[in-house]
Amino acid sequence: MPVTQQEQLRADVVALVEKLGPGRSSLIPILQDVKRRFQEVDAESMQTIADVLDIHPVEVYSVASFYAFLHGAPEGRFVIRLCGTLSCDFAGKAAVADALRDELAIDFDQITDDGLFTLEWTSCIGMCDQGPALLVNDQVHTRVTAEKAREIVAACRAAAATTEG
Amino acid sequence: MTATTIETQGNALTYATIEPEAGLKAALAIPRADVIDTVRDSGLKGRGGAGFPTGLKWDFCAAEKADQKYIICNADEGEPGTFKDRVILTRFADLVFEGMTIGGRAIGATLGIVYLRAEYSYLRPHLNDVIKQRREKGLLGHDIMGIEGFDFDIITAMGAGAYVCGEETALIESLEGFRGEPRNRPPFPVVAGLLNNPTVVNNVETLASVACIFAKGTEWFKGFGTDRSSGYKLFSISGDCEKPGVYEFPWGITVAELLKEVGGEDAKAVQIGGASGVCVPAKDFSRALAFEDIPTGGSVMVIGPQRDILDVAENFLEFFVEESCGQCTPCRLGNPQMLKAVQLLKQGECPPEFLANVKALGETMKVASKCGLGQTSPSAFLSILEGFEDEISNRAPSA
Repeated sequence: MPVTQQEQLRADVVALVEKLGPGRSSLIPILQDVKRRFQEVDAESMQTIADVLDIHPVEVYSVASFYAFLHGAPEGRFVIRLCGTLSCDFAGKAAVADALRDELAIDFDQITDDGLFTLEWTSCIGMCDQGPALLVNDQVHTRVTAEKAREIVAACRAAAATTEG
Repeated sequence: MTATTIETQGNALTYATIEPEAGLKAALAIPRADVIDTVRDSGLKGRGGAGFPTGLKWDFCAAEKADQKYIICNADEGEPGTFKDRVILTRFADLVFEGMTIGGRAIGATLGIVYLRAEYSYLRPHLNDVIKQRREKGLLGHDIMGIEGFDFDIITAMGAGAYVCGEETALIESLEGFRGEPRNRPPFPVVAGLLNNPTVVNNVETLASVACIFAKGTEWFKGFGTDRSSGYKLFSISGDCEKPGVYEFPWGITVAELLKEVGGEDAKAVQIGGASGVCVPAKDFSRALAFEDIPTGGSVMVIGPQRDILDVAENFLEFFVEESCGQCTPCRLGNPQMLKAVQLLKQGECPPEFLANVKALGETMKVASKCGLGQTSPSAFLSILEGFEDEISNRAPSA
């Protein structure tokens, strides 16, 4: 029998809760896992997580919407977070931001039509001595120039093409 | 791990001279109460920025009677301009875990938790590896180093992108699976922290320093720094200087001395303590980095002569508007007003009356905000208004 995405999600959440424990403290790790796999935490997922943890879905929404790395809205497979803080500003983040806008044809807080990229500003990522710095998902890139930014995007596109093909 | 991309320059760190497990061995060789006395005698104060005496914090927690206690390593290094904890966790994670183990014994905790910020996710596999190795060596787990009944283990937990979670009660809320909103204090975490159990929350550098103090002794540690700020400190130095990086200096170094070391003598100002710190103008570069003068978690951002000081204020205030958790009114509404004032000042169109009101609002935020975020977010704004009055008031209105 075919398994729907929601049934699969429920099974996964149940398995995670078995591993992490049934307590409320499992909520954030679960949300991180769901976000990582589906690039979003939609209303149905929140309901499922709430059911398994036996809390109100509003509680799940409340937590998901609080954290910058969890917010429920759909994100691209590659989330590019450019550090907006002072030292990266001094180091030339504006040129990198322009290159990313141009290369991806989106502005910050937008997602590309193909669902591959989201572009965001982020607060300091602790790379102040080697800015401008950005994160692509968990991966950090430092001393990024406009040219290097385009290369990073190209590498993501190539990686996506490989896994799809 | 992305070792090549996170390579940081600076000067030689004491950490590199500490023999593995020397601190832990020394701490386990003396009675539990003496461990806390040693930390207290060293004069060690919290390295995250708030500067609370570590020995006193441990003492409070040790005095609590509970079946379960925790020691949490605050690795939510989110203060803008700070990256020394990233370097410590990358190169000297063992020292941090040693410090946690010593603290665990001192307060009677059996579990330590490293709360790692989401932005440092790439460090987690490395930290978990080091923890695993320590378990295999008998430095974590049951009967540590052969001491019967001394059980202690460490796990890592991830943050999810919220500056406010560096505040210890918000951090605990986050660990419990809630929004990272600071709690009312008292009760303090040492009395009722994680899951209502007595909990010590220490900064990464504080814990590594504990290991060093036990390895080399309190007299050695007190040989650095000043009377009221003992020891040395790691500074994260960035911005307009020739040699940014992580530097170890004794407390008491002046801003001018520091700038000479890093090649930033022509700075017109230095932001010390990150977005929540103060902006020190060049005329005050003889001031010292120490708890009794300019206290700091170690963020030093050098502001060159070519910069517009209002851009600096604007950058920090945009940060606070984004990162305020929104729970208390002074912080939620005050930060946008300060941002508005800076933007009007940039256009040369800020009515004096409005500016006076926003200044007063900033002072109110310092006392009326619920946690350190809102209490400190006006500092940069107010110090910039005060230190750069000429630069700001001479601005012509934009056409």
